[in-house]
Amino acid sequence: MKTCLVVDDSSVVRKIARRILEEMDFEITEAEDGEQALEACKGAMPDAVLLDWNMPVMDGYEFLGNLRRLPGGDVPKVVFCTTENGMDHISRALHAGANEYIMKPFDRDIVTAKFQEVGLVALPEQSSI
Amino acid sequence: MTPPDYEYLRKLLKDHSGLDLSADKQYLIESRLLPLSRKCGVPGIAELVQKMKGGSSTIIAQVVEAMTTNETFFFRDKVPFDHFRDTIMPEMLKARASRKSIRIWCAAGSTGQEPYSLAMSLKEMGAVLAGWRVEIIATDLSTEVLEKSKSGVYSQFEVQRGLPIQLLVKYFKQNGELWQVSPELRAMVQHRPLNLLHDFSQLGTFDIIFCRNVLIYFDQDTKINIFGRLAKAMEGDGFLVLGAAETVVGLTDVFKPFPDKRGLYRPSGARAASPLGATSIPKVAAMAGR
Repeated sequence: MKTCLVVDDSSVVRKIARRILEEMDFEITEAEDGEQALEACKGAMPDAVLLDWNMPVMDGYEFLGNLRRLPGGDVPKVVFCTTENGMDHISRALHAGANEYIMKPFDRDIVTAKFQEVGLVALPEQSSI
Repeated sequence: MTPPDYEYLRKLLKDHSGLDLSADKQYLIESRLLPLSRKCGVPGIAELVQKMKGGSSTIIAQVVEAMTTNETFFFRDKVPFDHFRDTIMPEMLKARASRKSIRIWCAAGSTGQEPYSLAMSLKEMGAVLAGWRVEIIATDLSTEVLEKSKSGVYSQFEVQRGLPIQLLVKYFKQNGELWQVSPELRAMVQHRPLNLLHDFSQLGTFDIIFCRNVLIYFDQDTKINIFGRLAKAMEGDGFLVLGAAETVVGLTDVFKPFPDKRGLYRPSGARAASPLGATSIPKVAAMAGR
């Protein structure tokens, strides 16, 4: 089973993301800020990180920089999931090594599409409406 | 939108069209029905639902049509665009090496996601196309839909379905909550109103035709008729791309499936058997061209 670390300071967002990702067969761990997330990654690298930007203690951008410098830290696919919807933020995130970017609000279709984009979820056989 | 209104609409759509919306499609209903409620002169979806409950069959029909119009998104279904990049274009680059021009038709261009996806694919191919002239013609029945396509303006939801973030950054400009396709990409796509039931020979001859998720709305005779006319509008070594749930098999022999590439077809060289006129117009013709 693939693993996904959900990093967001909102417990509501973590809960929604967990539900969507569990339906996509991911095993979920949660972190409330970048520092907790970094500790989790030092313990075990997840296959994916769903990452908020604005959080106390350590924000998502700083976490990403630190993650990519860890041994094996280039492995996880990092998908930002944030209300920071400006082109400048998106460009900075990609430059820092993010693989995809979700602009909140999000729903199951967007999460699915983005995880397909980074190759963590297979494409559906048939198209649907 | 209140949960009871959402449930009412879900059930009604299921009963009237077979459309099965999951529990989190509120945004889809809002994006489709808010314009309709304005058109009907009511402030919002709640009032629209009131009218429907009051038994207004015209409103119900309009709601069903607005919702069943195929949702379209960038690089929809992925596979056809892989075929385009990995199979169709390499072959066309060889076959048209002396002419250096390729004509592409999006026969159900809708709100533009498909033609712009093709335009991005072409741009991403880079230098191999230097000196080539590639035309993309997008047609749709609805002028309203074509206007949206021409504007190239999409909501945040629309640009997050199927469009890799790198391509968003590269080919779009942000304007608040909206995203607009770059002028360079928009200049690659021409728009024309067209009903597939009518003669389309004036569009000329194409090397590649994308005709996805539109023929499903037609009855069998009409499909056969359209396939016959598509074959005539195509070079003998061209490519036809159909939707994932569509096929020519059992309907016509003017196209034959391309081996091992689902949804991809080529002209067989056979002539269409006595094509019908555009007389048998199906009931759902209003949805054609989306």
